Amino acid sequence: MSAIRTSIDHMTPGVRRRAIVAALIAGALLGLSSGGANPAAEPAAAPSTADSSIAIRNFMFEPMSLVVAAGTKVTWKNFDGEPHTIHSIDDAFRSGALDQNDTFSFQFDKPGTYRYVCSIHPQMVATIVVK
Amino acid sequence: MSNDDPIVTSRRRALRCLAFGGAGTLFTLAGGVLTPMDLVLAGTDRKSVAAAGVPLFVQISDTHIGFNKEANPDVPGTVRQTIELVNAMPVSPALILHTGDITHLSRPEEFDTAAQLLSQLRVTELHTTPGEHDVADATVTEYFNRYGQASDRRGYYSFDHQGVHFISLINVLNFKANGLGALGQPQLEWMEADLKGRSASTPIVVFAHMPLWTIYEPWGWGTADADQAMGYLRRFGSVTVLNGHIHQIVQKVEGNITFHTARSSAYPQPIAGDGPGPGPLTVAHDQLPKMLGVSSVTVLRHPNSLAVTDSTLA
Repeated sequence: MSAIRTSIDHMTPGVRRRAIVAALIAGALLGLSSGGANPAAEPAAAPSTADSSIAIRNFMFEPMSLVVAAGTKVTWKNFDGEPHTIHSIDDAFRSGALDQNDTFSFQFDKPGTYRYVCSIHPQMVATIVVK
Repeated sequence: MSNDDPIVTSRRRALRCLAFGGAGTLFTLAGGVLTPMDLVLAGTDRKSVAAAGVPLFVQISDTHIGFNKEANPDVPGTVRQTIELVNAMPVSPALILHTGDITHLSRPEEFDTAAQLLSQLRVTELHTTPGEHDVADATVTEYFNRYGQASDRRGYYSFDHQGVHFISLINVLNFKANGLGALGQPQLEWMEADLKGRSASTPIVVFAHMPLWTIYEPWGWGTADADQAMGYLRRFGSVTVLNGHIHQIVQKVEGNITFHTARSSAYPQPIAGDGPGPGPLTVAHDQLPKMLGVSSVTVLRHPNSLAVTDSTLA
């Protein structure tokens, strides 16, 4: 497993929004995704798995529940003016504070159910299921 | 300082106190100090309202060094104003308590700037407790590397000053599922042992970052296991419980325990439930200083209790 944090997101908001929608569709079509057709794929992505994106907006993770295949890299992006963090309950992954437009990525290699919160606003709770 | 007329302020405070505290104690503005007075005494002897108190400490909170957005693009500037306000007090308090969110993003350079600014306070001792913004780095080490010594990196500790017992608690590391802060069992056991054997007449000051009473659960404005901590405090005659976190003043009196949340020196936040979450509240530029400030606490020997005063930057 690996955690990468970048402070600059190279996509424009419009591209990003389409990428998130595409990622959501990719998540919904889990098992059918081929990866190659997904515009959210970033250069370093594992070739066999489509990447997924989660937006943080208005003190919520969007989507709050996500199902991905093992090996998927998930990237969170904070759109709020208030910082947020991504902190798994079992400490499997933990970002630093993400300021507005900061991103955090984590590759989920191990199947399981991962609950996570924003440690700054722990009322923000979400889940990732890795199959 | 507040530009309100003192008498009007006094009346407003008194009404507010009566609204939540029941009859018996009146908070009066005397010489710039809010003094709790027996209602009957206050009504019959106005001169005694100017009770002589000992300046004990100043509370500053939520400096959020590193924040640079619209709600306050000059956070170091408002910290400087806050420091000037404290340094200009006629009698310097010996202590300053910072009730957390020293930084905005827990970044080393933010802690460095904060330390440089806070070093300008003409106060001999600075005591801190972290906010969740101070422990938001992935390794949770930046705060403890700088301020962890007092607590042996546990985050909770106690000390005595001028006969007052101070307890610093941490409630930003162990979150409950409902989003409230938590103290956790080891800290509660330590607190119980720390208070055991102390005389009930010892004034107690407890300070933490998140409120130690539930102000608004959907935004996590509370501490899930605070009731247990309050149980240890009920036998004491004077308990003052201070916190920051919500960037506005909310007060409550429960028996001998006075709860007080401080303003931020950086930016205000919305009142509970107003909007999607507790983010920065942008107000008109000229209104901002009126919504930022510090609290000072005076110890009164007769009766042996503490009084809290809030000051704004304008």
